Amino acid sequence: MSGGGGAESSAPSGENAESEALRRTALHANHVRLGGRLVPFAGYEMPVQYTSIKEEHLAVRERAGLFDVSHMGQIQLRGDGAVAYLESLLTCNVASLGVGRARYGLMLNDQGGCIDDVMLTRVADDTYFLCVNASNVEKCWTWIQDHSVPKVKLENRSQATSLLALQGPAARGILERLHGGDTPLPKRFRVASCEIAGARVLASGTGYTGSPGFEIYVLNGEAPRLFDALLEEGQVDGLIPTGLGARDTLRLDAALPLYGHELDDTTSPVEAGLERFMKPLESGFFGSEAVAARADDTDPRRLVGLEMVGRGIARAEYEIAYAGNVVGVVTSGAPSPTLGKSVALGYVPRSLSDVGQTLTILIRNKEVEACVVETPFK
Amino acid sequence: MADYLIPDELVYTAEDEWVRRDGDTDEVVIGVTDFAQNQLGDIVFVEFPDAGASTESGAAFGTIESVKAVSDLFAPLSGEVLAINEALEDAPELVNEACYGDGWLIKLRVSDIAEIDGLMDAAAYRASVAERDS
Repeated sequence: MSGGGGAESSAPSGENAESEALRRTALHANHVRLGGRLVPFAGYEMPVQYTSIKEEHLAVRERAGLFDVSHMGQIQLRGDGAVAYLESLLTCNVASLGVGRARYGLMLNDQGGCIDDVMLTRVADDTYFLCVNASNVEKCWTWIQDHSVPKVKLENRSQATSLLALQGPAARGILERLHGGDTPLPKRFRVASCEIAGARVLASGTGYTGSPGFEIYVLNGEAPRLFDALLEEGQVDGLIPTGLGARDTLRLDAALPLYGHELDDTTSPVEAGLERFMKPLESGFFGSEAVAARADDTDPRRLVGLEMVGRGIARAEYEIAYAGNVVGVVTSGAPSPTLGKSVALGYVPRSLSDVGQTLTILIRNKEVEACVVETPFK
Repeated sequence: MADYLIPDELVYTAEDEWVRRDGDTDEVVIGVTDFAQNQLGDIVFVEFPDAGASTESGAAFGTIESVKAVSDLFAPLSGEVLAINEALEDAPELVNEACYGDGWLIKLRVSDIAEIDGLMDAAAYRASVAERDS
């Protein structure tokens, strides 16, 4: 057997992990001890799975899973000018974001394409941080520095910070039991500084799985012990360590975009169906004029959810056809471990993007029927 | 090295397939090894040629897909497909659960049974796996 294309290839484009030494997160020894299968991902050696992607996917949907996502980057912005600067940098509304809250947004280039999709968190009145994709840390950091303004202090804290994601219906209960109790655990899209198993952390009611849960920011030195403490406490709830393979199938079922697949430097938020994370274009953020100009396209492409009707699995980069012509491309696809069917995301012309539209996916030179469905997939 | 099952009575390919000859006949059964199913992870889809099709040693004859990956299946021997494992259409996980048993892939009538001498015995295959399994 030879790995054809696609083996654990969710690493966003632009990566050439083989050519240089891979970085390790602070949790590397934990992964090795737990028997995690480590693969190159966005320049890091990351666990793709510990036992089985299916099993880990199910654990998150039914119980809980613990992910190491320390490869993600964190950029802090602090100072009087931070609100105004972030308002120009991001598509989401910044001024209305209260202290202790988190919000999803996009950073656009001058062509209206996505530099990255980010989570903005306001930790204090004048202090924010952006959680950015691992593969985009350098690109985001350069862009942010190049457009910086006075009265904003920038700090790239990516290397010092570990990020754990405890996801699934049992996540809150597990965290409650390890919680020092000084402040309550945050609700959805809120953050709180907490003491968990003796470690000072920033707990965020966010995630990338479509299940409820938390993302936990902690200094590298405390991460290995916290990771073990969470696994031990959650054992009775069926918590297991979960890898990036399950993270990818979980986010796909939830139709959450993955940078390098659904989003890249050429994709506009409108094409990706992310308008709800975008302020009115008149507010004048970077890229807003280009997005407005692109609205005049006669038949722009649109990201759709696809469900396989025929037998086969749509995979990233497979072509989508209609009436014998190639009309689009699959950006992500996999058999869903929980839904019992094969699902995909892909770009097609807007005129072919209505729910119920029948299309075909070109799988090894055969046309296999698929149908546009609503997302998140059900 | 993890402990992979490599039965002594089978012969193997560098592409991690096993071949079992049916007595002294020119018929063989082919499947993927324990090491292969472990590397692939959860098998979710297997695609074969129809019975009657011919295979050519070293050429791709089908596809096996896990949750994350698509891999070609290479024919260890040239011949004619006598049967495919139809149970895998509804239960591809049989490849994970019983790769040397119910998870077999295809049966071939080989055109030159002497070709089988070019495949690895269990000891050689064990060494090949040890080299790749870090």
